[in-house]
Amino acid sequence: MFELLGIPPQALFGQVLLGLINGAFYAVLSLGLAVIFGLLNIINFAHGALYMMGAFVAWMLLTYLGIPFWAALVVSPLIVGGIGMVIERTLLRPLHELDHLYSLLLTFGLTLVIAGLFQNFYGVSGKPYPIPAALTGVINLGFMFLPIYRAFIIVMAVIVCFGTWFLIEKTRLGSYLRAATENPEMVSAFGINVPMLITLTYGFGVALAAFAGVLAAPVYSVNPVMGNDLIIVVFAVIVIGGMGSIIGAILGGFSLGLVEGLTKVFYPEASTTIIFVIMALVLLLKPSGIFGREV
Amino acid sequence: MSHHIEPTTPTQLQGKTGGRRRTARHHMFVFALIAALVVIAPQFLYPVFVMKFLCFALFAMAFNLMLGFGGLLSFGHAAFFGGAAYATGHAAKVWGWPPELAIGFAVLVAAVMGAVFGFLAIKSRGIYFAMITLAFAQMVYFYALQSPITGGEDGLQSIPRNSLFGLVDLSSDRVFYWLVAAIFMAGIFFVYRVIHSPFGEVLKGIRENEQRMISLGYQVQRYKLVTFIISAALSGLAGGTKALVFHLASLVDVHWTMSGEVVLMTLIGGLGSIFGPIVGAGVVVAMQNYLADLGSLVLIIQGMVFIVCVLVFREGIVGVLAKWLKTRL
Repeated sequence: MFELLGIPPQALFGQVLLGLINGAFYAVLSLGLAVIFGLLNIINFAHGALYMMGAFVAWMLLTYLGIPFWAALVVSPLIVGGIGMVIERTLLRPLHELDHLYSLLLTFGLTLVIAGLFQNFYGVSGKPYPIPAALTGVINLGFMFLPIYRAFIIVMAVIVCFGTWFLIEKTRLGSYLRAATENPEMVSAFGINVPMLITLTYGFGVALAAFAGVLAAPVYSVNPVMGNDLIIVVFAVIVIGGMGSIIGAILGGFSLGLVEGLTKVFYPEASTTIIFVIMALVLLLKPSGIFGREV
Repeated sequence: MSHHIEPTTPTQLQGKTGGRRRTARHHMFVFALIAALVVIAPQFLYPVFVMKFLCFALFAMAFNLMLGFGGLLSFGHAAFFGGAAYATGHAAKVWGWPPELAIGFAVLVAAVMGAVFGFLAIKSRGIYFAMITLAFAQMVYFYALQSPITGGEDGLQSIPRNSLFGLVDLSSDRVFYWLVAAIFMAGIFFVYRVIHSPFGEVLKGIRENEQRMISLGYQVQRYKLVTFIISAALSGLAGGTKALVFHLASLVDVHWTMSGEVVLMTLIGGLGSIFGPIVGAGVVVAMQNYLADLGSLVLIIQGMVFIVCVLVFREGIVGVLAKWLKTRL
């Protein structure tokens, strides 16, 4: 079979696929962060912990209640999103009028509490979560074998990203949201319940994180630290894509996952740092991010 | 409208109640008190514990210079602290350098890192700045995880202290303590001088109203960058010293949890108070020490303290104390 730059194509396509899967998680997570940032102007540090919580809730649903993957894909984001709304109402609301750095610090503290709680009850070792029966197996594409579940992750991520984009850019609810981002006082003068909108938005962003967590459960082991390092890469993705930009989050997420995958093939030593290097370059050339507005 | 990080002690107090000279007298008294405590502490407490506290207190002072006085929240100070720890470790262990050179080298490394990261990060503000510093620190973490120089998961172990100026053997904790104490006192005095220099006044001006300082003709970006470098270098001083105290430089020192810890110390002690970070470091180090047996509960407690501080105790211990004593501390 042919070789590309001395790399066997199976290895190349394998890494491209892994890159796209990582990219799918980056995209869904940074999308949630972007949605939250857009309206609340805060960076939700707890996003990684809530992603982990999403995976754990799916595992708990299966283990304690026998609720299968398909139901967990909906139920877990609803539960974690609900927890998110409680967090917004009780903890973030009082900080609304203060410097947004306080909200960042609060969500950082929250991360420690959530991670600590799960570590306390479940230890740091991973819990296995089976791939749902309908999605096991592989497809032979001729040039490589494609595990069905991995393809499923990418498809689901694309659907969710598109759905979110559509919701925000093309629906009436989305237009309220965008208006409230621009000028919350004016929007509330029109009789729209902005505090409620904020709570729902935070809940939605958190639910996206939990959804990513459920998708991740069968491929990564479910453990309390699974979101720890991931979230910081996602921060870099957001800086590159442009803070608060929906399109930047989605495209940035997928393409940076891909770049990371390719780096693994051609220069594996740099694969963990490549995204940060790109971030530094973007900051040099366009500090507001590729899709960001000037700040 | 923007809402700034509230300075613990309003600047108005400076003019009232006796003015600068009175405040300066208070500060000299506090310095004397700290020096006295540092001298007698090893009589009552395990020297390594006190040295750990001194290193973190210096680290938190350096960090607060940026957050409390410059209004810049860096979430990546572990990179300077840990990077310096590795640099000291390498210089002392592989090159066999004496401590003054090993730590000096670490300060230089941290300052250079600060200059590079700072140059890129100060283009942005607020949360954006925090995220960028965090991402750069994570890059350093991944580098430390993979590089053969840093020893990966093992870190650099059994780092020798060697002898000071080639003369004084430092292997005994009781002897080494005095070097650490001297570094600590010099470090915090330096931070104090920076805060009270014309440079520091400009910095506070930038924190309060950046636009006005720009219109007054100050090169705001330059001030921010220099602050970033000073803060990074002093964090490096703390990190390098810590590596020699424990004979160890490890991934813990560069991980983002370390960046979070220094934020917590500053927050508990009082953002923008001069001596607050020292008290905050004491609380966090003591907490970790006495609660170490509780395992992951420490994480939960630390997180809770974080949340409580942010929600209802934003002035911090020293901030409240200063208000009560009607002075700036």
